[in-house]
Amino acid sequence: MSSAKKTLTTSTSLETMTSLNELQSIASTLRARIIENSHKTGTPHLGSCLSSVDILTALYFSALKIDPEHPTDPNRDRFILSKGHGAPALFQVLAMRGFFPEVDLESYGQDGGVFAEHPPTPDHLPGIEAATGSLGHGLPIGLGMALSARIQKQEYCVYVLLGDGECNEGSVWEAAMMAAGQKVDNLMVFVDFNKWQATDRSEEVMALEPFAEKWRAFGWDACEIDGHDMSQIVDVLTKPNKSGKPVAVIAHTVKGKGVSFMEDDNNWHYRIPKAEEVVAAKQELGVMP
Amino acid sequence: MRNAFADEATKLGEADPRVVLLSGDIGNRLFDKFKEKNGNRFINCGIAEANMMGVAAGMALSGLRPIIYTITPFTTTRCFEQIRVDACYHNVPVMIVGTGSGLSYAELGPTHHSCEDLAILRTLPNMTVLAPADEVELRQCMRAALKINGPVYIRIGKKGEEIIPKKDDAFEIGRSITVREGKDVCLIGTGTLMPELLKAAELLQQQGISARVESCHTIKPLDLEMLDEVSKKFPLLVVAEEHSKIGGLAGAVSEWLAVQKSNNTTMLNFGTEDEFMHEVGSQEYARAKYGLTADNIASKVMQSLRAS
Repeated sequence: MSSAKKTLTTSTSLETMTSLNELQSIASTLRARIIENSHKTGTPHLGSCLSSVDILTALYFSALKIDPEHPTDPNRDRFILSKGHGAPALFQVLAMRGFFPEVDLESYGQDGGVFAEHPPTPDHLPGIEAATGSLGHGLPIGLGMALSARIQKQEYCVYVLLGDGECNEGSVWEAAMMAAGQKVDNLMVFVDFNKWQATDRSEEVMALEPFAEKWRAFGWDACEIDGHDMSQIVDVLTKPNKSGKPVAVIAHTVKGKGVSFMEDDNNWHYRIPKAEEVVAAKQELGVMP
Repeated sequence: MRNAFADEATKLGEADPRVVLLSGDIGNRLFDKFKEKNGNRFINCGIAEANMMGVAAGMALSGLRPIIYTITPFTTTRCFEQIRVDACYHNVPVMIVGTGSGLSYAELGPTHHSCEDLAILRTLPNMTVLAPADEVELRQCMRAALKINGPVYIRIGKKGEEIIPKKDDAFEIGRSITVREGKDVCLIGTGTLMPELLKAAELLQQQGISARVESCHTIKPLDLEMLDEVSKKFPLLVVAEEHSKIGGLAGAVSEWLAVQKSNNTTMLNFGTEDEFMHEVGSQEYARAKYGLTADNIASKVMQSLRAS
């Protein structure tokens, strides 16, 4: 692959590049919808969803070369939500981006539907690239997709969002080593480093730090950003990858970001907001009913 | 069988640009020809089978036809969850080939034995499970597997397996092959144990017992038509496999047989016991230990027929 030509990625099928202000406003709306849906449907993992919203927004509204009208276009960029429990966020993003009508989400949580806690298989919902939920699967699958682009002489890029807790899984590091060994340069990982896993501080369960250094030691080009600073996220997405290596972005995030009483409180891994909490959250987000 | 696998993979790779061969760091020099002919479509994925399975699924989701090759326990039990989620749940065409199956690597110890693979893999939705008897069936399995738009597991031996004589080269996944006609007893085998069944049939013939022999290369989907026929025709069905008596071909056949309305047939099973083999030895030694020999099969069949 001609690595010099490879950029992670600069173009978008949106008619114009969405401005940072617009991206921030989209992220706030998404947060409000995710919280409202959690209340309405009893769907957990709110904290994990809110920490990843800004990254998802920048990817889907600024970076990914995708066309919701042609969700299986062989040349599309791929995004895999490897931390599959963030699906309530992904479903909202995909709907807003036009992969399916927003009204479809009214069936969320209903028996017999597709919208619940984890992404279904790609043949069951447009825009989904891999059915995740069991942690440690998304990066190997994404690596397979990235290698396929090389083999089939295609230009697409693959983006994988990992959780910090997910990096406990050995398969993440197997894939990391192979991606480096294969000099895959059309693969970018975001780690949603919100410092918590389901029941503990992630750093206290398995030593992650020095996290970026770890990825570098595994042969990746790595950087650290504020995962809630839209300009930093967009920057890292628009910068051409000249390293000839896969790229890891350690995105420092806050679990429950955007709502003061949820931020960095790990009870919101499983807690469901009450009606009055939804109202308070929306006020803080500046999103009115 | 290994050489036949490498040769057939090379041919499939030449004919179909979607074919990619992924090795779990085995087969030194075995794939030189594939690499020579199919350049960038061979990848040594290292000793990281969980990742290899995910990589294969990602490739299959992107339009490729990956073939995974490594030693059986490492491409089955080691990465079972990746097979389940990445290959089977996504229902993508990944061809998983396990080499040195059963007791082929008896002398390497139980870490390298695989007497559970058929049992666990056939529980997975969308999975096709194949155990070819010889290199002819292996090539047929591979060609047929490439036409299936879902995951396929192929369990193969090591090297130097006898070729089973057959009247023609008819082959279809899910259809057992009658390799010998008979009227007193039906011996159903699978995989590289087939020559022992044919020899057992010869021994039975010497005792005046006429044995039909089936090469049941497909464990899933099971050939119910054949089973329906033989269960009505024969008072004794013998199932033999180089696999645990729990859950393999015998398990599959008995699951089916148990819910048939009426049957007057009895089953006699040959397989490995529910134990790890702690002593080392050759494959022949290990087979003999578990009674997987023509002599033992023939003698148990005679006992059973006389008792009934």
